[in-house]
Amino acid sequence: MSHHRNTLKTSFSFSYTMLSLVIVFLFIPLFVVVFFSFNSVKGMQWESASLIWYKTLIYESPSLWAAFRNSLLIAFTSSISATILGSLAAIGIKWYRFKGRSYITTVSYLPMVLPEVIIGISMLIFFSAVKIRLGLFTIFVAHTTFNLPFVFMMVSARLDEFDYSTLEAARDLGANERQTLLKVIVPSIIPAILSGFLMCITMSLEDFVITFFVSGPGSGTLPLYVYSMIRYGVSPVINALTFVMILGTMLIAFFFRKFLKTVAASS
Amino acid sequence: MKGVEVTAQRVSRSYGDFKALDNVSVQIKKGEFFSLLGPSGCGKTTLLRIIAGFDFPDSGSVAFDNKDILPLPPEKRQANTVFQTYALFPHLTVYENIAFPLRLRRTDKATVEQKVMEYVKLVQLEGHINKKPSMLSGGQKQRVAIARALINEPSVLLLDEPLSALDAKLRQNLLVELDLIHDKVGITFIYVTHDQSEALSVSDRIAVMNQGKILQIGTPYEIYEAPATRFVASFIGETNIFPCTVLSCEAHGEEFLLRLDVPQLQDEVFVTDFEAQEVGASLDFTVRPEKIRISHTPPRSNNATMNTFKGIVEEPIYSGFQSKFFIKLEKEPSTLVKVFKQHTVFLEEGPEIQWKDTVYVSWSANDGYLVKDTEQ
Repeated sequence: MSHHRNTLKTSFSFSYTMLSLVIVFLFIPLFVVVFFSFNSVKGMQWESASLIWYKTLIYESPSLWAAFRNSLLIAFTSSISATILGSLAAIGIKWYRFKGRSYITTVSYLPMVLPEVIIGISMLIFFSAVKIRLGLFTIFVAHTTFNLPFVFMMVSARLDEFDYSTLEAARDLGANERQTLLKVIVPSIIPAILSGFLMCITMSLEDFVITFFVSGPGSGTLPLYVYSMIRYGVSPVINALTFVMILGTMLIAFFFRKFLKTVAASS
Repeated sequence: MKGVEVTAQRVSRSYGDFKALDNVSVQIKKGEFFSLLGPSGCGKTTLLRIIAGFDFPDSGSVAFDNKDILPLPPEKRQANTVFQTYALFPHLTVYENIAFPLRLRRTDKATVEQKVMEYVKLVQLEGHINKKPSMLSGGQKQRVAIARALINEPSVLLLDEPLSALDAKLRQNLLVELDLIHDKVGITFIYVTHDQSEALSVSDRIAVMNQGKILQIGTPYEIYEAPATRFVASFIGETNIFPCTVLSCEAHGEEFLLRLDVPQLQDEVFVTDFEAQEVGASLDFTVRPEKIRISHTPPRSNNATMNTFKGIVEEPIYSGFQSKFFIKLEKEPSTLVKVFKQHTVFLEEGPEIQWKDTVYVSWSANDGYLVKDTEQ
């Protein structure tokens, strides 16, 4: 077996070439950005190493931090509401028989497949039609809307593997409907609910297009802020921000992976 | 005796055009191990689910000790179910699964622990209490399910093909254990199965079902030895069945001796029965393969009602303790007769009866039965 593996390793392989190319194209731009974040001057000419842009980022960019706070606020609130709604929808559609069930299922996937521009525009039109002022609330509504199908999909997939007779067993053993939901259904699908929630956070944090249409004055999120910065020329502060975000994302990913593993192992 | 008497009266249930239960009545005694036996789609599971409260009859009544239970939701009925798919809660350990019903009722911790350990011991799962269901074998899972269903101390335990997902050897062991558990807890067991050997080996009584109807209710011995209909005769065990016409019927002690015309055997057959039949009636004649004797020489018959036929061994099927033979009768239309013969002595040169041997098959009049066609 090990002999076989060795021959594979040493021989030229198409897969290895492709892998190297993909890594180069994906990561070289990131390395360039990180590299120049430590430059002491603006522009693509290396002068000397310095932390000046990090200092600017941390101490002299209040509006950037305001945008970041908006992003976090929106991400958490919209993910929580999308997770609750999406999970309940999945449970309801799976276990109750009612009219228009399959219709609702199909429609609920729409925000996932429609181009973001269309969702953005239609939301903008809707909000102005019902005269809701654009701001954090409209962003929250929009993010909840596009996050919901992802939770719905993940929870539904988990429910499909779920044995229906465990619900009958719960009722049989004396649990009422609420106890069945809280003590049997939710605990068994909690990994799917959590991964749906994390996915929502990610998608909400990075969304640009939809947010662009439904944000109002002072309610810009981080991606919108970065975009507006670029319009006045690429500031090395963005480079610094990029590195901070890469580190942050890696840390979060690492811990959540561990966390999800323990959750999965205990269920 | 603990447990309750379970009475179903004129219960019907249809799904669209399909009649799952057609006017079924049955009375299950207190503390009885009662089996509902039949092929898939015969309505046995529907009846069980109606008793459990997961399904509702279109008409009819179900009562525990003469108290109507149909208005009660499943959690209010004194019946608990063991499911075919185990239906264990995957996120809970063995201990937590068994403790689930107690914890729902906010039983104090000490009582929960004491009772759970009692039932863990009953189903012999000591040493597995902290495992998750995914770490258990099929047999262990079903033990957890049994303990969990019993811990509420129900009056009726409903078992929905609990062993069908297990392999043959394990099934036999668990079946014996189930019987022992029944003896210990003493409540009414209603056991749904399509496996006749399971039903025969543990039940006090069996109801044989087909197409939404109960065809016969009786002890395993009655069901096997005196099947009421053609379906029961062929579903329970193996048998030879031939259509026949009654030629004569006369009293013979406490029974009746009938002379039958059996076209497939091209001869007359004698059979005794407790019921008189009209001359000319069309019925089915059946005789179990193990009741037929097989020999190289004609049996010394000092009995005029002995039925003897000559034939050739068409296909011997050796299975260790016994062989199954298909004997092709000499007379047209060369009907095949199934015969079992146990190997009680060891012979150097191989089994006594071999392929292509000319043999005689015979059975006495009281080894055969007359059955009616089921479909009427």
